[in-house]
Amino acid sequence: MKNRLLWPLLALAALLLLNLAVTPSFFALRIQDGHLYGGLVDVLKNGAPTLLIALGMTLVIATRGIDLSVGAVAAIAGAVTCVHIGTSDSTGTALAGMAIALVLCAVLGLWNGFLVAGMGIQPIIATLVLMTAGRGVAMLVTEGQIVTVNNTAYRQVGAGFVVLPVSILISLLVLGLVAFVTRKTALGMLIEAVGVNPEASRLAGVRSRTIIWTVYVFAAVCAGIAGLMISSNVSAADANNAGLWIEMDAILAVVIGGTSLAGGRYSLTGTLIGALIIQTLTTTVYTIGVAPEVTLVFKAVVVIAVCLVQAPKARAALSFRKVAVS
Amino acid sequence: MLKKITTVASVVLLSALTACGSGDGAGTGSSGSGTITMGFAQVGAESGWRTANTKSIQDEAKAAGIELKFSDAQQKQENQIKAIRSYIQQKVSVIAFSPVVETGWDTVLQEAKRANIPVILTDRSIDSDDTSLYKTFLGSDFVEEGRKAGDWLVANASGPTNVVELQGTTGAAPAIDRKKGFEEKIASKSDIKVVASQTGDFTRSGGKQVMEAFLKSQPKIDVVYAHNDDMGLGAIEAIKAAGKVPGKDIKIITVDAVKDGMQALANGEINFIVECNPLLGKQLMDLTKKVVAGEQVPERVVTEEGTFTQEQAKTALPQRQY
Repeated sequence: MKNRLLWPLLALAALLLLNLAVTPSFFALRIQDGHLYGGLVDVLKNGAPTLLIALGMTLVIATRGIDLSVGAVAAIAGAVTCVHIGTSDSTGTALAGMAIALVLCAVLGLWNGFLVAGMGIQPIIATLVLMTAGRGVAMLVTEGQIVTVNNTAYRQVGAGFVVLPVSILISLLVLGLVAFVTRKTALGMLIEAVGVNPEASRLAGVRSRTIIWTVYVFAAVCAGIAGLMISSNVSAADANNAGLWIEMDAILAVVIGGTSLAGGRYSLTGTLIGALIIQTLTTTVYTIGVAPEVTLVFKAVVVIAVCLVQAPKARAALSFRKVAVS
Repeated sequence: MLKKITTVASVVLLSALTACGSGDGAGTGSSGSGTITMGFAQVGAESGWRTANTKSIQDEAKAAGIELKFSDAQQKQENQIKAIRSYIQQKVSVIAFSPVVETGWDTVLQEAKRANIPVILTDRSIDSDDTSLYKTFLGSDFVEEGRKAGDWLVANASGPTNVVELQGTTGAAPAIDRKKGFEEKIASKSDIKVVASQTGDFTRSGGKQVMEAFLKSQPKIDVVYAHNDDMGLGAIEAIKAAGKVPGKDIKIITVDAVKDGMQALANGEINFIVECNPLLGKQLMDLTKKVVAGEQVPERVVTEEGTFTQEQAKTALPQRQY
């Protein structure tokens, strides 16, 4: 397992070193208005939504599923909260708005779970429904406008700091909770069992459908919180662009972290590293000044490299050489 | 059985298609009584700018006594083509639309041409060698917008000035042209330099994230030039988080003049906004009447647009429609 995380970690280190080489002040941290300020803090803050969504995605993928609707759900969460807050600056309204949004997200997760576990539809198709329709719902909520809010309490979720950015603290807290609940109880094993063979697990007494249902609800709630962070970070809800393509980033983070898309095993630490790699990559593009025209090529090359060194054949070749040397 | 049904269906479809094709357009057949009908295929409702654009067209059509048939393509070219085809069948007097993308319009516009229905492009142009496919293109001159931004900076910059640029979506016409016009103007002053330029995808989150990175990688930033208000608003957030004062420590120039942007300008957080005017309804209706009357119209009509300083924003803000 450790060996599996070695390559992603090396990739992350390489990216950070590249930044350091181009911008020597990249690792510099200082205290600005009572909070940490620096390039690394940006990576953590902007990577928090991706990490959170990738966490939900990890569990979904572990059950051999996939959730394409998370970006749309994130947009809905931001839209509902901002529309509810309107022009108010009261903490109560902000909290109520966020609560309504997250309950709604849980319902959307139930819907995905119903299609996958209840109706037996292929996850990629079942969640595609909400991926397309969800953005329409978000547009409907905001009436196609960018809704700007000015709420001090709401700002804290995505742009606030308690020394570190509040958003990354939330994401790490959720990571800790998930790690505790799935690794210290049998739940993680049950999820993996469902991923290996849902039918066999059911016959062995595992409640496969309930577990699948649960992971989709969890993924949707994670997406909802991520949507709050994204919208809170700029104090506005943009139904068209909030969380656009973030499902792809999240799936990529999970895969880079070594979780198999075939289900049956997953790595939370891997997902954390994967999400950090993706955000560092984006920040690197801005910091070292890659021209916008070649940004996508640059990103693709890095991602392909990371995936290739993790491929079974490449790893076999590498370990073979090691054996031969020793 | 299934095969039979498909065969029958395709025969019916084919005959329907040929029937459409054979209907030779009997001139600009407006519904007899002399009223002009216009078919308008809008891009969608992706932003406040677009909503204002739609409303302006609907209001001005009513005021000019032009019957408007309106459709919303939800950002999809195939929807727009479908809408244009249905306008051709309904024999409207004029078809106007804002093309979602630049290419792929030749076939459907040929159909309109054969039916003798004049076409007006609004806001965005198309990429086609055959300029006879449309009568005129009414819209903003994005290069000119970039030039206006550059002019203001040249007039207001003192000493060496480092500019960072937040570009629009890579490859989009407004992003390419606003960059070009701006660079053209600042080239005249050697101490104004664009030290970094990245795309923020026309979004607030994009603008904020790129600006955060710039603030760390660039030792000295004097001016931000953002290709739209939203990215500028994102940059303001990033500048504040860095403990600097937007509009003072770092000056900000943007393009668009939507309400949130104008508010920030009036508050002194943005220094200068070049207008990109969505209210082209009146000009469109005037052109339509001329085209229907058979008068010559110029191939390119530029929308009337201004610029705003902080003082002008304060007076203009209360009447701002979008």
